[in-house]
Amino acid sequence: MKQFADLVIKLGTSTKTNEKLDALSEYFLTANDKDKVWVIAIFSGRRPKRAVNSTQLWTWCNELAKLPDWLFEECYHAVGDLGETIALLLPESTNADASHPLHYYLETLISIEKEDESVRKEFILRSWQAMTQAERFVFNKLITGNFRIGVSQGTMVNALAKTSKLESSVIAHRISGNWDPVTTNFSDVLSEHAVTADYSKPYPFYLAYAIEDEVSTLGEPNDWQAEWKWDGIRGQIIKRDHQLFVWSRGEELMTEKFPEYHALKNHLPNGVVLDGEIIPSENGKPLPFALLQTRIGRKNVTKKQLTEAPITFFAYDLLEYEGNDIRETLLVERRTLLEKIVNGIKHPALLLSPVISFTTWPELTALRHQSRNRGSEGIMLKRKDSIYQVGRKRGDWWKWKIDPLVIDAVMIYAQKGHGRRSNLYTDYTFAVKDGDKLVSFTKAYSGLTDKEFAQVDNFVKRNSLEKFGPVRTVKPELVFEIAFEGIAASNRHKSGVALRFPRINRWRKDKTAGEINTLDDLKKMLELYGK
Amino acid sequence: MACSIITMPLIEFTDRGLCCRAGGFYIDPWKAVDKAVITHAHSDHARWGSKYYLCHTQCKPLLQMRLGENNYQTVEWEEKILMNGVQVSLHPAGHMIGSSQIRIEYKGEVWVVSGDYKIEDDGLSGKFEPVKCNTFITESTFGLPIYNWKPQQEIFQNIRDWVCRNRELEKTSVFIAYSLGKAQRLLQCLPELNLPIYVHGAIWNAHQTLTKSGIQLPDVQRIDYNTPKGAYINNIVIAPPGAEGSSWMKRFFLYAVGICSGWMQVRGTVRRRNADAGFALSDHADWKGLLQAVKETEAEKVFVTHGYQSVFSRYLNENGIPAAEVKTEYGNEEEENSTAIGEEQDKN
Repeated sequence: MKQFADLVIKLGTSTKTNEKLDALSEYFLTANDKDKVWVIAIFSGRRPKRAVNSTQLWTWCNELAKLPDWLFEECYHAVGDLGETIALLLPESTNADASHPLHYYLETLISIEKEDESVRKEFILRSWQAMTQAERFVFNKLITGNFRIGVSQGTMVNALAKTSKLESSVIAHRISGNWDPVTTNFSDVLSEHAVTADYSKPYPFYLAYAIEDEVSTLGEPNDWQAEWKWDGIRGQIIKRDHQLFVWSRGEELMTEKFPEYHALKNHLPNGVVLDGEIIPSENGKPLPFALLQTRIGRKNVTKKQLTEAPITFFAYDLLEYEGNDIRETLLVERRTLLEKIVNGIKHPALLLSPVISFTTWPELTALRHQSRNRGSEGIMLKRKDSIYQVGRKRGDWWKWKIDPLVIDAVMIYAQKGHGRRSNLYTDYTFAVKDGDKLVSFTKAYSGLTDKEFAQVDNFVKRNSLEKFGPVRTVKPELVFEIAFEGIAASNRHKSGVALRFPRINRWRKDKTAGEINTLDDLKKMLELYGK
Repeated sequence: MACSIITMPLIEFTDRGLCCRAGGFYIDPWKAVDKAVITHAHSDHARWGSKYYLCHTQCKPLLQMRLGENNYQTVEWEEKILMNGVQVSLHPAGHMIGSSQIRIEYKGEVWVVSGDYKIEDDGLSGKFEPVKCNTFITESTFGLPIYNWKPQQEIFQNIRDWVCRNRELEKTSVFIAYSLGKAQRLLQCLPELNLPIYVHGAIWNAHQTLTKSGIQLPDVQRIDYNTPKGAYINNIVIAPPGAEGSSWMKRFFLYAVGICSGWMQVRGTVRRRNADAGFALSDHADWKGLLQAVKETEAEKVFVTHGYQSVFSRYLNENGIPAAEVKTEYGNEEEENSTAIGEEQDKN
């Protein structure tokens, strides 16, 4: 565990990708094989299920530290991370430095998952007893989840490539899909000859950067294929070995969540992988993202949901055909094959994401203004002779999003943030005017610079009116422009609207709280764009 | 009127600061007054404009440096003086060189104002002395149980190890430490490494003042425009928080930044300040230290000032020690955190 804790600390404090890469490479060169498999699993989002929950950890820690609950809570708000709070509060161990390797803890956690609480408690307390503060921290993080320490899957893949003889794209593919770290050997992952019989395995997604320059700098319009950019979940539909698999970009297997797709198993030819958007739609027009949200996170889908949020797949690329990886063939050729397959099936759940025909850049610029009316968030530009790459790459694919919707609002609540924003008021709730009242309508966490956050934090501390647990009500004085990608009706929110991806666009120091937008303004936006 | 004076507390909390009306003086006032008794030379405790300052002998040169010439009177620790019939004495607080707790006795009643303090003897600031009293006014900068410091020697070893690792990567080790107090404390652990130590002008000034007044400190070199760029490579630099992230730092490239402050106990703070390393080396008492200090005073009543006042006073009350929080203008924990980006206000 010590080696892993060291790795996590190094990754957490280094600010440069190269240092992270070196730290990971060194780990992959020196750690034991079983631990390495687990590190790959953890950094690609394959953590064991929670054997104990946060409340249990919190309670057991307090029993040892002998602190009242309210004091623990104060500490948690100052630290902004449960696993770290517990590591800081546990009494120092007399027997630290006696820890087992990483895989021992993870595999024991799995094996005691169904045991009595007393067994699980005994294991946790015994584990804490043998650990240093740093080890306790990573151990707690492994249990509570949210193991984000600033390493992308891409960095890990590159570190593996550096320490093996494989291309990073091959490794990325090998570690995707459905595999169990308990039964997988390190050599299966990295051997040059390993053959994988996992039919569910998706390809790593090719992602686009936002276009920064004028679109005309891309050159000849005829070299580019334009498509609408959809606001759904990026996904792959795979049919191999007469089975169907649906993956999200987050590498989550979602086959069961979308029964709409199940019939495709009988229609799609064997050995194909489609890349596209999981999105609810009616007559080919997408429905708001909020409807898709009603379907995510649910295991059993009701009839009502199936009719209210019918899920479809807007296919835009083909990665495998007749069992062959065709990512190296050109986009135009892949598109031809894709159209042949989709048109051949004519299934209501499988649609082609249309290609926008245009001949000049000004023409496309004009078409882009129709995006919102088409339920799209802009345009995708893909070079016609591009291959399907791995990860986010510049050059061949660009996203050209429309400008967000904006509204001026006043901050009314503030709460301390987490992680690098711990002990700093960075999570805000905003309100618009409704007559002489203020109605809260959204939260936003991002969009300010560190310096601005520090200034707002200072304001909050000097101008808080009341304290409700971690939340402070503040004098409604600071005005911000809130940007968002979409708006939908909601009966969960007081304002009656829910925003898509709200964030702070800028601090309107030039405006007073009297000059903010009104609830009517929001409702007009809902009328225009939310239906 | 005469009656109410008798029931008046020995120290009142006024908008000018802590006031001892019977003795006719203030302790660490934040506005100009006739007579000020000063706990230590940090800028939130020692302010400009008063007509008379009483402080510890070692504190005076620092006040002169910061406030210029004034009417200063100095005392040694334990030395008793009478002010208007009120007995005043200073006792080591262990926070920085010349830092003191103020003991006030009048008609058999004893109050102690802690100023800022730490329990561990750092070898420079004098060993904190528990002073028995009826009422104790304590700081609470780190009044949460997540703040428990490691022994100084252990932190010093971590600091030296870090310098060695940086040297392997051919990086200059740049420490961020408050110019008065933390910088000198940090200096104690560095000579062992036998490397040139370069300091920012603010730290140089404090260093000169202290060595002139007879305090032994390791040799350092001042950084100025004459210093050749190559001088820093693989060596040590100490700079105040204000320099952090400024273009002044560019001259040290390639370098790693290590911040020395109690706030570094929490990872989020280290990450927010974009430090390569954080050393939780604090000149304030940690949670256990605060509790120990309060208990050893045997005070019947505790007033809690700057820091986590509400948390610490609630905890004391729940544990049978009557306590109340007091708002002062001393280094507010929260402000320090928020201004940590930018100006030199971080002095823990």
